[in-house]
Amino acid sequence: MTDTTSSARMTAGTRLYLYVSLSLIAILVLMPLVTTALGGFKSLGDLRVNPFGLPSEWLWSNYLDILFGDRYWRQMLNSLFIAIMTVTLTVIVSAMAAFTFAHVKFFGSNQLLNYFLIGLMFPAATAILPLFIRIRDLGLLDSYWGVILPQVAFGLGMSILLFRNYFRNLPEELFQAAFVDGCGYIRFFWHISMPLSRPIVSTVSIITFVHSWNSYILPLIMLNTEEKYPWPLGIMVYRGEFGTDWQLVLAFITLTILPTVIVFFVAQKHIIAGLTAGAVKS
Amino acid sequence: MTDMTATMAAVPATARRKQVRYKSPTVRGRLPVLILFLPPALLLFTLFVILPMGEAAWYSLYRWNGYGLPEHFVGFRNFEVLFNNAAFSQALINNGLIILVSVLLQVPLALWLAMMLAHRIAGVVAFRLIFFLPYVLADVAAGLIWRFVYDGDYGLVAALAGFFGAATPYVLADRGLAIYAVLAVIIWKYFGFHMMLFIAGLQAVDRSVLEAAEIDGATGWQKFRYVTLPLLGSTVRLSVFFAVIGSLQLFDLVMPLTGGGPSNSTQTMVTFLYTYGVTRMQVGLGSAVGVVLFVICVTLAFGYKRIFMRHD
Repeated sequence: MTDTTSSARMTAGTRLYLYVSLSLIAILVLMPLVTTALGGFKSLGDLRVNPFGLPSEWLWSNYLDILFGDRYWRQMLNSLFIAIMTVTLTVIVSAMAAFTFAHVKFFGSNQLLNYFLIGLMFPAATAILPLFIRIRDLGLLDSYWGVILPQVAFGLGMSILLFRNYFRNLPEELFQAAFVDGCGYIRFFWHISMPLSRPIVSTVSIITFVHSWNSYILPLIMLNTEEKYPWPLGIMVYRGEFGTDWQLVLAFITLTILPTVIVFFVAQKHIIAGLTAGAVKS
Repeated sequence: MTDMTATMAAVPATARRKQVRYKSPTVRGRLPVLILFLPPALLLFTLFVILPMGEAAWYSLYRWNGYGLPEHFVGFRNFEVLFNNAAFSQALINNGLIILVSVLLQVPLALWLAMMLAHRIAGVVAFRLIFFLPYVLADVAAGLIWRFVYDGDYGLVAALAGFFGAATPYVLADRGLAIYAVLAVIIWKYFGFHMMLFIAGLQAVDRSVLEAAEIDGATGWQKFRYVTLPLLGSTVRLSVFFAVIGSLQLFDLVMPLTGGGPSNSTQTMVTFLYTYGVTRMQVGLGSAVGVVLFVICVTLAFGYKRIFMRHD
């Protein structure tokens, strides 16, 4: 951590100012999350008179009912399946395309790369209606693929860019040595480029996974059967059903964001680096 | 646009590697690799990104419910309807407001926090984690959590009002207040991302320059204003860029909070597209919104890069 104030001796006043400001903001950030998790342990009446404090009586049943039902797990599995397929396809498809942009000289390669970069400039929502009609006409409506394929397509611009830049920065000597030894492009890709690309594979995977895990608008438009809903759609339906039984809704929200929170704290370094560096480098 | 790669570098020293131009030896098997490696990406991208965008432009000239073929040509009528629609005007105003608040409040807040976290004090890592946490949560979950916070019967705001003896505010049901409530959630959700950008940018600031300024008698504010801030220029421009582009596509967060209501007061362009285009299957009108959004995004992105990020 660089010390940009460069004052070795920090006054007690500065220290106090820092801790007070940082703590206040940390409380503002955490308050909604903590009260949500605690709210899941309360009864509705308890929640009404005491939304801030600890539950007057810890009610485990809200959480346990959800955990022992199959609704929660089904939604988690749906999200997981969609995210894993999206990540796998995105990595393979974009790494292959990026490899040709980085290493193979061909007519129009710059123009073609720019073509993919158009995708970085507008959000998926702009063309959501024509996309819906296309998916419907392909017979993919209400199937996981109707969500996965557009997600992969919209992630291509950034992933191709990240992979291409990474491939280009691999030492050129590797490339020359391999080709002198008679190695072709495709073997080079599988045996040299990809094994050396673990950092960028992990960056692309993290960005793509988080995007897919949290995505709402595409599944909202493409899926109609509740059995197939990923969790962001699932919690909206759950809230719609249980309306003002806030204690249940809060327990459900807590359980759905729990995996994200756990994974975030376990792999924080990779996730922060992936999500910010990914944005910066494209 | 090719050099989009090099232009947006928040961490100048590391990101700006020398671009080596390949003198790639003629290798056998150039054709097989092109035939095998390019088409999957090309096909997916064309089919699900480019064609739909083109079709949006085409459909926007028709009145169509999505079945059969678009035959009822109406020219620019959909755009006329759009710009005479009070809800859409409100959506445009709201998107503008979101951009304004993101740029004028959120970005400075993020920079302030990043500066504080650059000090060598205990607990820095923990604070950084806490501040970044909302960013990794799904927008939908964050929206629902804040719906509880704002709830007039069970929520935190109601309890706070009760504590101070004020009447219970139904924040999200109030035409005048709802949009500010949404703005607060936007800041809560996204400031951590911008803070991380600034932390990365600050790490690249050369300490010796600051020490030199200090020896010359610069005060804390002067050091910030004349040394750190100029050196962070490219990061600030990048952060503002993300704030603007992100603001334009806001949807997931608004739906669970207000769904664009009450009486359209928190509509954004995308929630408008969903409410009036998708749920009513007005393909022409919805596509027209898409076209407007596309034009705004591309104009802003290109204009911003040309004007502010030319030298980054």
